[in-house]
Amino acid sequence: MLLKLICHLSPAFPGLSTICVSKERYRSGRDKNARPLSLSGHVGFDSLPHQLVNKSTCQGFCFNILCIGETGIGKSTLMDTLFNTNFENFESSHFEPKVKLRAQTYDLQESNVRLKLTIVNTVGFGDQMNKQESYQHVVDYIDTQFESYLQEELKIKRSLHNYHDSRIHACLYFIAPSGHSLKSLDLVTMKKLDSKVNIIPVIAKADTISKSELHKFKIKIMSELVSNGVQIYQFPTDDETVSKINTAMNGILPFAVVGSSEEVKIGNKMVKARQYPWGVVQVENENHCDFVKLREMLICVNMEDLREQTHTRHYELYRRCKLEEMGFTDTNPESKPVSLQETYEAKRHEFLGDLQRREEEMRQMFVQRVKEKETELKEAERELQGKFEQLKRLHSEEKSKLDEKRRSLEDEINTFSKKKAAAELLQGQSFNTNANLKKDKDRKK
Amino acid sequence: SLSLSLSLSLSLSLSLPLPPPSLSPPRHDLFGYVGIEAVLDQMRRKTMKAGFEFNIMVVGQSGLGKSTLVNTLFKSKVSRKSCSPNYEEKISKTVKLQSVSHVIEEKGVKMKLTVIDTPGFGDQINNENCWEPIVSYVNEQYERYLKEELYVNRKPRIPDTRVHCCVYFLPATGHWLRPIDVEFMKRLGKIVSIVPIIAKADTLTMEERQEFKQRIRQDLNANGIRVYPQTEYDEDPEDRILNDKIRENIPFAVVGTDKEHQVNGNKVLGRKTKWGIIEVENVAHCEFTNLRDLLIRSHLQDLKDVTHNIHYETFRVRRLNESNLTVHGLALIIVYTHTTLEFRILESPPESDLQYTVANTATASCFYSIL
Repeated sequence: MLLKLICHLSPAFPGLSTICVSKERYRSGRDKNARPLSLSGHVGFDSLPHQLVNKSTCQGFCFNILCIGETGIGKSTLMDTLFNTNFENFESSHFEPKVKLRAQTYDLQESNVRLKLTIVNTVGFGDQMNKQESYQHVVDYIDTQFESYLQEELKIKRSLHNYHDSRIHACLYFIAPSGHSLKSLDLVTMKKLDSKVNIIPVIAKADTISKSELHKFKIKIMSELVSNGVQIYQFPTDDETVSKINTAMNGILPFAVVGSSEEVKIGNKMVKARQYPWGVVQVENENHCDFVKLREMLICVNMEDLREQTHTRHYELYRRCKLEEMGFTDTNPESKPVSLQETYEAKRHEFLGDLQRREEEMRQMFVQRVKEKETELKEAERELQGKFEQLKRLHSEEKSKLDEKRRSLEDEINTFSKKKAAAELLQGQSFNTNANLKKDKDRKK
Repeated sequence: SLSLSLSLSLSLSLSLPLPPPSLSPPRHDLFGYVGIEAVLDQMRRKTMKAGFEFNIMVVGQSGLGKSTLVNTLFKSKVSRKSCSPNYEEKISKTVKLQSVSHVIEEKGVKMKLTVIDTPGFGDQINNENCWEPIVSYVNEQYERYLKEELYVNRKPRIPDTRVHCCVYFLPATGHWLRPIDVEFMKRLGKIVSIVPIIAKADTLTMEERQEFKQRIRQDLNANGIRVYPQTEYDEDPEDRILNDKIRENIPFAVVGTDKEHQVNGNKVLGRKTKWGIIEVENVAHCEFTNLRDLLIRSHLQDLKDVTHNIHYETFRVRRLNESNLTVHGLALIIVYTHTTLEFRILESPPESDLQYTVANTATASCFYSIL
């Protein structure tokens, strides 16, 4: 449902006309116009970075890693090794019907730095028979995190500096050590994710590949990524202090890693390693695998950059797309700049109009239903009336019939009683005559 | 790679105050060194590269030494002193704000400093509402930032012209706050961080100074004026102790100058008078160093944070509410839920947002029930 609104932003500030600023200097909201000035002594604002860092230290840092890889490829072990600790994790089965994401947050502290680390693992990735939907859950999860940040940012009463940032800062994509090339699932997933998250591909269980194979494998992977247009995370090279090491590392991607939480005695030290009958693979030995490089790049050198890229590039892209999808733009059709507030007010207007329309619709529907019911009832009434009339008629017919019968009966009764009376009279007369005759006879004797 | 012993890392961690006991996830111990603390360095590098912005406003009657103080604070000719204006200029009818920006650099840290001057404040015969242009200016900067923040295509770094700190110059009368001081600070204290100072404090003796300060603090309390650092925004007990010390000492009695003199073989900044040299950076003489330390060396970032997290947010809430954007979050919620007329109220929107919703859910639901 596209909402289109137009509204006016009125800069109603009294006294605005009285503000007079030296124009060329004030327009220097851009750095170019601010004059450089030399200081004649120590002012002390060189402590600013320290002030900023101190504040952040008090608040703590947030870092969220997403690990994508098949079941059993070594994601949890690598996390344990990377952060030198033992996160409680349990093995997942291979029979998950859908890809699920499991996020767990840990509170780590090193010297005075507190890190809230969230590790998101994909459960059941690559296990299904039909893998077409596999990447969708991951994409949805990432989008959900962006969404909740966006909603927090758009709230009226918001608290962004206290907000627990759950957006994924780094995505470690675990490539199975086949030695040949990327699987199509890998390519498809990475392509879908490259504009949403910083992808760092790693070759898991690298102790199964020999050095020469590994070299070829890496080249093959990188060329496949390039030819498919997958944008993986590039370590930043603009800062002189780290550009050299970052450029070097960019050439070693993807990192071939081995993870282990077990320790083996080498010489007189206990090191993290995997022991085989034919030798010991030391995790932190740079000749054996690239684990140290991964840890260096991910944590020691570029953690802040990963967070910054997530916020300024991926999140902004998401926000822009989402707002445009909802119909917000910065310029209206006449290409005049429109602020979000204006578009907003306009949408609200349309939304209100829409709402009113629906109210009207509902009201009309209501009225209509009432009418229908009314007619129904009237029908029924009429029917009943009809029936009543009919019955009444029948009844009066019967009544008249009965009346007739009664009359005829009465007539009969009348006739009968007349007859009876007549007969009695007659009888009386004859009796009288007889009596008279007898009297006469008696007298004569 | 190194491996610090666990006990060492634990003892270092104990020096910091514990995080508030909110829903904190289980604390995991690291078995060895990981390198997480390198993130501090990374952050430092990035912020240094990006540079900082700081906007300071100076408010006070003319002749109180505003420009001199700013120049002394930043050890450079940041403001041009208003040399004797012509008669016509002097009786300008309104307060005119002037903003000047400079880029200064120290030990690799670049800062874009903007000083906003307010000539004409309190200079007229009728000073009623002389704070209005200033209030407008402050609000306009918030408005500008808000607009930028709301764009769909927004800049990676929004230019920050919001006033981070307003230094209010009180003349060293030695008595109480004047009505104009009270009015101004009452109004501005709600929207910006005010740091009041006693200007030209070299006219007060130490005892007079202490008494004056005490009276001012009483006055501020009595009028409910909140000056920086505000008690409400102390983040943790350590902060509170630090800020309490500062609060006991405000307003700072300062003297400003850009001239240097020789005292005991050292070159010091000072004002030379017939009865002695007032050393600006000598704590026994005046509290300039306290002010400088507060504004620049210790609380600069905090001033910016308070402006961003508190004053700006307050403005934003007010602005979004008053332009009837109460449905701001709500319309988005409606569109998100993809169903028509389904009002899903998310976690905890403020009551003012709900007004509109409730009215309409009521009508909608009553129609539904009839049908």
